[in-house]
Amino acid sequence: MRFGIVVFPGSNCDYDCYWGLKNDLGFQVSFLWHRQRSFEDIDCIILPGGFSYGDYLRSGAIARFSPIMEAVLKHARKGSPIIGICNGFQILTEVGLLPGALLRNESLRFIHRPVHLRIEQQDSKFTKGYSVNRTIELPIAHGDGRYFASQHILTELENEGRILFRYSSPEGRLTAAGNPNGSINNIAGICNSEGNVMGLMPHPERRLNASVGGTDGRPLFMSVAEAFA
Amino acid sequence: MKSDPVVTLALALQHGLSEEEYERILQILGRTPTYPELGVFSVMWSEHCSYKNSIAELKTLPRSGGRMLAEAGAENAGLVDIGHGLAVAFKIESHNHPCAVEPYQGAATGVGGIMRDIFTMGARPIASLDSLHFGSLSIARNRYLLDGVVRGIGDYGNCLGIPTVAGEVIFHHGYSQNPIINCMAVGVVNKDRIASAVAKGEGNTVIIFGSRTGRDGIHGATFASEEISEESESKRSSVQVGDPFAEKLLLEATLELVRSDALIGIQDMGAAGITCSSSEMAAHGKSGIEIDLDKVPLREEGMSAYEILLSESQERMLTVVKKGYEGEAERILDHWELLHERLGHVTIDGMMRVSHQGEVVCEIPANELALGGGAPVYHRQAKRPMSLDQTNIMNLDPYRQDRDWNVALLELLASPNICDKSWVTQQYDSTVRTNTVLGPGGDAALLRVKGTSLGLAMTTDCNPKFVYLNPRRGAALAVAEAARNISCTGATPIAITNCLNFGNPYKPESFYFFKEAVAGMGEACRIFDTPVTGGNVSFYNESEESMILPTPVIGMLGILENLELRVNSYFQHEGDRIILFGMTGADLGGSEYLYHLHNTLAGDAPPLDLEVELRTQICLREAISRGWIRSAHDCSEGGLAVALVECCILNRKSLIGAAISLGESRLHAADQLFAESASRVILSVDPKHLGEVMALAAESKIPAAEIGKIGSDRIIIGPWVDLEVEKAAYTFYNALPKLLKSAISAE
Repeated sequence: MRFGIVVFPGSNCDYDCYWGLKNDLGFQVSFLWHRQRSFEDIDCIILPGGFSYGDYLRSGAIARFSPIMEAVLKHARKGSPIIGICNGFQILTEVGLLPGALLRNESLRFIHRPVHLRIEQQDSKFTKGYSVNRTIELPIAHGDGRYFASQHILTELENEGRILFRYSSPEGRLTAAGNPNGSINNIAGICNSEGNVMGLMPHPERRLNASVGGTDGRPLFMSVAEAFA
Repeated sequence: MKSDPVVTLALALQHGLSEEEYERILQILGRTPTYPELGVFSVMWSEHCSYKNSIAELKTLPRSGGRMLAEAGAENAGLVDIGHGLAVAFKIESHNHPCAVEPYQGAATGVGGIMRDIFTMGARPIASLDSLHFGSLSIARNRYLLDGVVRGIGDYGNCLGIPTVAGEVIFHHGYSQNPIINCMAVGVVNKDRIASAVAKGEGNTVIIFGSRTGRDGIHGATFASEEISEESESKRSSVQVGDPFAEKLLLEATLELVRSDALIGIQDMGAAGITCSSSEMAAHGKSGIEIDLDKVPLREEGMSAYEILLSESQERMLTVVKKGYEGEAERILDHWELLHERLGHVTIDGMMRVSHQGEVVCEIPANELALGGGAPVYHRQAKRPMSLDQTNIMNLDPYRQDRDWNVALLELLASPNICDKSWVTQQYDSTVRTNTVLGPGGDAALLRVKGTSLGLAMTTDCNPKFVYLNPRRGAALAVAEAARNISCTGATPIAITNCLNFGNPYKPESFYFFKEAVAGMGEACRIFDTPVTGGNVSFYNESEESMILPTPVIGMLGILENLELRVNSYFQHEGDRIILFGMTGADLGGSEYLYHLHNTLAGDAPPLDLEVELRTQICLREAISRGWIRSAHDCSEGGLAVALVECCILNRKSLIGAAISLGESRLHAADQLFAESASRVILSVDPKHLGEVMALAAESKIPAAEIGKIGSDRIIIGPWVDLEVEKAAYTFYNALPKLLKSAISAE
């Protein structure tokens, strides 16, 4: 499995993805510069966290126009996997690969802390490696992470089983206290209807090694590698 | 364009220069300076750039040796060898004055500035720490400052992608008008890729890159060298505005430039902008430099030479590249979409020569401007304030009267100086770059160094109450506590950086604190073998009404050869035994107990025997490295009782109780529980290692006692304290948000 990590000038979790996927999980990984118009031999694209072009406008609003995005859209249309993490999730909603939007956190503050997530789907290509209804712990680090979508979209997401991760209590209950940013229906991560494009606000790439917080992020990448092998 | 004013002595005085200094300028130049030249001298000879009132004292510190690779002050940041072909660059700096008038931008640019000091050396920043001091939260202005500073630090560091891993937040009414905001950064560099802030080699090309130059921040360095007054508000234009995205590009481009064959030297533009970077680089290289201001990319039209020279616009760098290699450097800068211009070249005549619109507007021997060169050096008078004697011998017995110690302990756990600071630290990304092994909330932060077995421990520490009561011992206690915090992770302290925040050096009673504190710091650093790699001095932290507590913040670095041999600060296993290293004395002086519960700052700082402290830390590290220790926590603010509670609740996911018995003692309960005696550490050990640890302590000739056992859901410190762990944790974790809320609704 070859992962390609898109590097915008303001990406800052690009190297974290690179290091973890390569050294903790043993995958082949390469960086893709945002001005590149094409790429070859990449199985899975990762849009990493950060502040793509500074994000002084709406997060991800400028990144959707970057030269590499045409190739990313083509990759998506082929049915190949794309993972957007944090800023990457924001970009995926801006470019229209995922529905909804990420609004300012309810507290109006940047929040960084570990959160509990309930795995909502056993059979998605991104969550196969987790057991359903168990919770995992990943950190969030964002100012604009409050997922929002119209009722119509939410119904579609629910009906098609496209909500993959929800913020929860450690025991897996969907509580207000377990929801760090005010996301609607506690939504932390979703996929498209074809099941090959996924976005989530928490950072699985920060949980690939036991000495720096744990390994709850591993099954996500392992699932993708297996499902799209 | 309006013409420059005529330079006179009166104008020089307005620029903050003294008559004597103006005379020296006339002597150096052999003529009256131009207006831009006057501006250049005034910033370069300001306290901020020249250290003129502090350097004589600073030279008494141990400033070389150990693992140091560059002598203190020689480069933009301190540099220490950590083995494996790697070095660490680290430094702490103040941004007090900007934060007093514009907290958000003041703090943001404080982070930006210290980061540039690190990556200018070719080091990739891996961590950021902040030591913050505010006045009481019951005053709305202080809450505004806290909020703005925290947002500013967070937004800048988060966007840049550098984790903020440790620091401290301290409250005392002395900081009301004048918050103390110190930012520290740590970076890692390959030893053979270290860049230097130097201009040398005749004909080599000077290039400016990064953001455009605007009118912001003109005279920031001079502003920082005055007392805060009502006029300060009108100096808001002296505060710079930060752009972390531009800094990220600057960071990546600089690191690439340092790896290229083109680079001769590089320096960031911080205080005093182009003036400081060009003259310092020339002086450092024993060269001259010639630049043309017409080439500088400007943000607005009609800027004068004076303004361009003194602008402190952020996110700019000055570099010297080899003649003929300009193209290579420019390709790198283009890749990162950074503005760049060739400004001039290096000369061998030692002059800083600046032209603007076809005229030479500034021609000064570069060395005359720089610290260590022609910049003035003063020996200021120090006089011990009379009132201090009274304060030191005050009888504290009335504060020792028996009371409900459960209530007292809960009140202390809710004190803003002791309670959990997650409200602050959650606004910072502390795990980006995936190196953070131990983050905020413990004794010291611990980071892995990828590709090695190493751990890097880091902390900032200072108890300003102790420094106020006894500056010499107080500063030594700050070094000792920093070292103890590092040792509690298992790491060995290797070097410090410092940020010395004091009042007006021209007032002998104020300078006394500075002089004594530097002496105390030097004594302690010699004992711990932690040389001072550099840092920053911030004077004039006083206003008409108040003066800050003297605050020499210590930023310390430690090294752990094998990251696997680390310990946490909190209790983990039921049945483990609790050991106290060190002795508790009748040391209520300067304690948080006196300050928070009795609104008193009096007595003397706790006694400190540096030899005992050193032996204690060596013994602790030895026990940790043998795998005998399950947890180690420093005992400091709030005394033994608070430290024990912290051991029980710092792991929020798994609270655990403990039963403690302190044995026979002639001490009052207040001292036993809340005295802040130095050199104490609380350890937990598996019962099977108890004997070994006690034997090692005896062999090390340090006081040690088994004081209890972990277990149950209560914290019992017989016969005075008996609390539910849950209740203690609730109080500790909810105090700060509650305090911020109640203060707002009370208005």
